[in-house]
Amino acid sequence: MFGILEQDFSWLNLLIMISVAVAVMGVVLLFVVYAIYFERKIVGWIQLRRGPNRVGPWGLFQTVADVLKLLIKEDVVPTKVDRLLFLIAPIIAYTPSFAIIAVIPYTESLYFADVNVGLLYYGALSSITITGIMLGGWASNNKYAIMGGMRSVAQMVSYEVPLIMSFLGVVLMTGSLNMREIVQAQQDGVWFIFPQFLGFIIFLIAGNAELNRTPFDLPEAENELVAGYFVEYSGFRFAFFMLTEYVYMFAMASLMTVLFFGGWDAPFGLDFIPGIVWFFLKFLMLVFWLFWIRATFPRVRTDQLMGFAWKVLIPLALFNVMLTALLHTLGIYSGVN
Amino acid sequence: MALRTEEMLLNVGPQHPSTHGVFRLVVKVDGERITEAIPVVGYLHRGTEKLAEDLSFTQIIPYTDRLDYLSSMLNNYALVQAVEQLMGIEVPERAEYLRVIVMELNRVASHLVWWGTAILDLGATSPFIFAFRDRESIVALLNEISGARLTYNYMRVGGVKWDAPEGWIERVKKFITVMRKHLKEYHQLVTGNEIFLARVKNLGVYDAKTAIAFGQSGPVLRGSNVKFDIRKNQPYSIYDRFEFEVPTGETGDVFDRYMVRMKEIEQSLNILEQATEQFPEEGEIQAKVPRVLRAPQGEVYTRMETSKGELGVHLVTKGKSDKPYRLHLRRPSFINLQILPKILLGRSMADIPAILGAVDIVLGEVDA
Repeated sequence: MFGILEQDFSWLNLLIMISVAVAVMGVVLLFVVYAIYFERKIVGWIQLRRGPNRVGPWGLFQTVADVLKLLIKEDVVPTKVDRLLFLIAPIIAYTPSFAIIAVIPYTESLYFADVNVGLLYYGALSSITITGIMLGGWASNNKYAIMGGMRSVAQMVSYEVPLIMSFLGVVLMTGSLNMREIVQAQQDGVWFIFPQFLGFIIFLIAGNAELNRTPFDLPEAENELVAGYFVEYSGFRFAFFMLTEYVYMFAMASLMTVLFFGGWDAPFGLDFIPGIVWFFLKFLMLVFWLFWIRATFPRVRTDQLMGFAWKVLIPLALFNVMLTALLHTLGIYSGVN
Repeated sequence: MALRTEEMLLNVGPQHPSTHGVFRLVVKVDGERITEAIPVVGYLHRGTEKLAEDLSFTQIIPYTDRLDYLSSMLNNYALVQAVEQLMGIEVPERAEYLRVIVMELNRVASHLVWWGTAILDLGATSPFIFAFRDRESIVALLNEISGARLTYNYMRVGGVKWDAPEGWIERVKKFITVMRKHLKEYHQLVTGNEIFLARVKNLGVYDAKTAIAFGQSGPVLRGSNVKFDIRKNQPYSIYDRFEFEVPTGETGDVFDRYMVRMKEIEQSLNILEQATEQFPEEGEIQAKVPRVLRAPQGEVYTRMETSKGELGVHLVTKGKSDKPYRLHLRRPSFINLQILPKILLGRSMADIPAILGAVDIVLGEVDA
């Protein structure tokens, strides 16, 4: 932003960078608070309930109250846990989820870091969260937590492969890993959801699995594992795991908007509406889709989940990459380059 | 090279979200695979059978409410049926119709709770709420006639306690139409779902022979293709006046048990429809019985089909007494769950809620 990264170091620049980071964090946390509120409202409507409506007008402060309650809870660290790991696990899980937000461009000019390997950065950093989850499960010294941790590692490692392969098609078409350039390529041509429909579907499914949400919420499968890897966590540390989940939802929906829905690009030539509004609308649509799925489907079983990733999604993703490469070579799919 | 693995002993319950109460399952797991499963029961034992020895027959009725608390009306009937048979009491027709109507309503309610919670165990949250919406209408109807939402204490030896309020039968008829419509939606939402089918098909399979050997009854028996329903095979009350089918499954897996219960809701609605049509305008709701019920010396075993299976009441009286000498209840939930160690073996952890859910136990009845 403002080209600060390219300038020489100065205290003023550092101050600006820090304040921008804090501002982003504020925006993301605000999103998280209201994403949880909307999730509960939307799922409530789907289930013929009203959702939260007691705290504040229309229950708007419900999540605020919930978070506040988590913050003022006693910080419980069970005796038999591996103390150090138990304490740092939520932080390891949370930090990368926030760090990946930096590379997402919201409009032509509103972005925080214009990284040339943005997508790679996203994929690499988001994998670190798995470590935090596994550590949390392991350090808890609880049988359910260990099973939850193991499940989530198996799941996230498996689904990372089709997830990353699914956007390789986009990368092939644009010849760039830079998210801004990807959006610009779509502004010149069509949104990638059309030429990359298969990739989009794979991304949707793998992304949902990566987020540990229904129908792929096995790591925290309440009905068999009670709460999964964070069964021993309470208070603020628990809030960190929850935050991680929702920040990833923010990141995943943003990434989908950028990769397949043209980011801030206005459809049908409706240019008078600013790009940020378009970005936000597309983003909300995808978030709503995640809520909708959650209210509709039952959960899959571990072996089915793995089988689906390795036997269906990965071959399909590979096929998609090959197909895109072939069409690109033949000159049918030509991106900006 | 073989990987070295370690067995883990895991206590599922008594406090666990998917054991539907205080049921405990001690499982040995190798990774996620179950190598041994031992059900431990008794956390909700209240000694109903022993307590009954100090109570007069009418006083026992509220205790039966609390056995299978999801189908209290049916339990009520099990007891009064035994006492009536022992004393040779004729029940007025209107009372019989009221009994059948409340029992079938309660059966639908019980199956709805099962449907909601079993699907909830598979991770889908919405069906639970939908099921409870319709159960709520039933509970409201039963509340209207008995004054209670869960523990009805409605039946009496020789009849029922309250007559149907004005317009109640009409409201039941209205409910049948609504329920039929909603049932279609439920099939749309869950029955055809690929994930659901993948979870429940070919899971927890046992054949008819095994089911009978384990003394299974009710939907879990019929799921294994045994056409046995006491309402049909040994009709009690006025069930011989109604036309209904006994749905059965083919392979005896969790899905078949699911379908059997869903079809049973339909059949119950059919019975309800006929019962409300034939419902006599006038009549007594209570037979003339002495103020203090003194049963002659004797022994009787009566059975009936509850939502869970065969609920049997073995009643022994010594001398001319107003209290039972011994009361034994054959509780279907308790007997049905005995097959768990067999069908859980070799399955994964994630199958526990699916298999346990399909057995449909109510801990009040298991532990009595």
